[in-house]
Amino acid sequence: MGKVGKFAKVLAYTFLTVGACLMILPFLWMLLTSFKTVAESTSMNPFVFFPNTVKWINYLEVIEKNNFVAFYYNTFAMILFRVICSLLFSAMAAYAFARLQFPGRNFLFGIVLFQMMVPTQIFIIPQYLMVDALGMRNTIFALVFPGIVSAFGTFLLRQFFLNLPKELEEAAKLDGCNIGQTFVRIMLPLTRSGLIALGIFTSLFAFKDMMWPLIINTSTESATLSSALAKIQSAISVHYPELMAASVLAIWPMLLIFMVFQKQFVEGISTSGGKL
Amino acid sequence: MNNIISTRKKVSKSKLNMWLWGWFMVAPTMIGLIFLNIIPIFQTIYLSLFKSGDFGRGNIFVGFDNYIRMFGDAQVWHAVANTLLYTLLVVPFSVVFSIIIAVLLNGKIKGKSFFRTIYFIPMMAAPAAVTMVWRWLYNPQFGLINYVLNRLGLDSVKWTTDPQVALIAISIIGIWSIVGYNMVLLLASLKEIPRDYYEASEIDGASKMQQFFVVTLPLLTPTLFFVSVTTIIQSMQVFDVIYMMIDVANPAYENTVSLVYLFYNNSFKYMDKGYGSSIVVLLLVIIMIITYIQLKAEKKWVNYM
Repeated sequence: MGKVGKFAKVLAYTFLTVGACLMILPFLWMLLTSFKTVAESTSMNPFVFFPNTVKWINYLEVIEKNNFVAFYYNTFAMILFRVICSLLFSAMAAYAFARLQFPGRNFLFGIVLFQMMVPTQIFIIPQYLMVDALGMRNTIFALVFPGIVSAFGTFLLRQFFLNLPKELEEAAKLDGCNIGQTFVRIMLPLTRSGLIALGIFTSLFAFKDMMWPLIINTSTESATLSSALAKIQSAISVHYPELMAASVLAIWPMLLIFMVFQKQFVEGISTSGGKL
Repeated sequence: MNNIISTRKKVSKSKLNMWLWGWFMVAPTMIGLIFLNIIPIFQTIYLSLFKSGDFGRGNIFVGFDNYIRMFGDAQVWHAVANTLLYTLLVVPFSVVFSIIIAVLLNGKIKGKSFFRTIYFIPMMAAPAAVTMVWRWLYNPQFGLINYVLNRLGLDSVKWTTDPQVALIAISIIGIWSIVGYNMVLLLASLKEIPRDYYEASEIDGASKMQQFFVVTLPLLTPTLFFVSVTTIIQSMQVFDVIYMMIDVANPAYENTVSLVYLFYNNSFKYMDKGYGSSIVVLLLVIIMIITYIQLKAEKKWVNYM
C-alpha cells in the first residue's frame, strides 16, 4: 500500500468514527442528562458534562408520576398480538400467492401491492370510527386493530416462498400430504429467516408508531411507550432531566433486543428489504 | 373414452381443491385488507365531501367545499411546501451519506459490525424519545449544540423557534435517523457486486474514484432506486418529529407544519374530520404523482443486471 492508500485509510476511519460519534452522542447525552439535577443540566458556566453523582431521583419521579408498568404492558401486548396475527395470516396468504393457482389471484395480489403504496394516514379516520363504533377505544384491541393483517408482510414472505425449490412440494405430494400439510410441515419451517425478519419489522413499526395510539387510546393508562412520551413531554415540558429519564425508560427494551438480535435484524433487512 | 373422462374429472377436482386452498389461505389477509384499508380509502374520500361538526352533531354534505377551502388555505400550501422541502433535504443527504458509509464499510476496515451497529441504533429508538433529546440538544440557552457553537466563537441559533432554521433542524433529525437503515440496504447490495468487475477495471488502470463511478454506482442503482422511493414516501409522511418539537403556538409552526401534522390537527384536534380527510386526499394525490414520476424516471437511470 502506498502513501495515498494509507492516507485514504486514515480518512476513512476518521469519517466513520466522527459519524459514529454523531450517531451515539444524542443517546449518551440523554443518559447523562437523566442523572443530572436541573441545576447541573442548565449550568453553562462552568459547563457540566457529567453529573456530580448518579441520581436516580429523576427516574423515581417519572415512575411515580407515570404508570410505566402499564405502558410496558400495553406496548408489549400490542407487539405480541400484531406479530402473531401478521406472521400467521401473512404466511398463509404469501404461500398461496407464491405457489397456488386460483381465480382472482392476480387481482387480489394487486390489492396487496396497492395497499403498500398508499399513505397510511388515509386509513386512520375510518379505522378510528370503526373502533369507536365498537366501543373499543382505550383497549389493547384498539392498539392491535390496524395491524391484524399486513400487506407488507404478505409481500415480504411471498419473496421467501418464491425462492424455495418446487421439488419439495412435489415430494411432499407424493408422500400424501395435502396442501395445508405441505405448507405447515415443509414450507413454513424453511422460511424461518423470513418469519424472523417480519417479526422484527412488525415489532419495530408497532413500537415506533405514535399517531395511532395517540388518537385511539387517549386515556393515560392505555398509552404505549411512544404515545406516553408525547403526553409526558406536554406535561413536564421543561424539566429535561426527567424527560430524559422517561426517554431512557421508553427506549431501553428495544435497544436491548436489538443488541441481542442484531444479526437477525441486519440480515432481515438486507435479505428482504433490498429485494422489495 | 371412459378413461379420458375420468382423468379429466380427476384433474379438475385437484384443481378445485387447489382453488379452495388458495382462497382459504388468502381469505384472512384479504378480508382484513378490504375492511381495514380498501374500504377506508373510499370512506375517507367520501368523508372529504362533508363538514363534520362537533361530536354527535353529524355530518353536513358540502360537496367540494372542503377542497375549495383547501386551495384557498395558505396553511395547506405552507404544509405542502414544508413537506416537499423536508423531503428534498432528507432524501439527497441521507442517501449520499449512506452511500459513503456503505462504501467505506465495504472496504478493508476493522470493526465493520461495530460501526454497522452504531449507525443502526437511531433506527431502533422511538421518534418521541429521539425528538426529546434533540430538542434538548437544540435548546437555545442550555443546549449542547449552541454551547459548542459559542465555544467556536459562533452565535447561538434558535434551532426550534426560528422560522428560517426550524425545518432544517427537523431535517437533521430525519437524516440522522435514517442513514443507518439505508446504509444496511446499500451495504447488502454492494456485497453482491462481483469482485471480477473491480479486478477488470483495475487492469484497465481505473483509480479508486473512477471505479466508484464506473463500477459501483451503476450496479448500485436498483437498490438506490428502492432506497430513494421508500425514503421519499416516508419523508412525505413526516409527523412524529414535528409533532414533538413544534406545537401550534411555536413561531416556526407555519414554516414547519407538514401535511400529516395538519391532517392530524384538523381531524383530531379541531375535530373537523371532513377537512382533515380532504388534506389526506391531497397527500395521496401528491404521493401518487411523485411515485408515477419515479417509475417513469426509473428507466432513465436504473441499470438492472
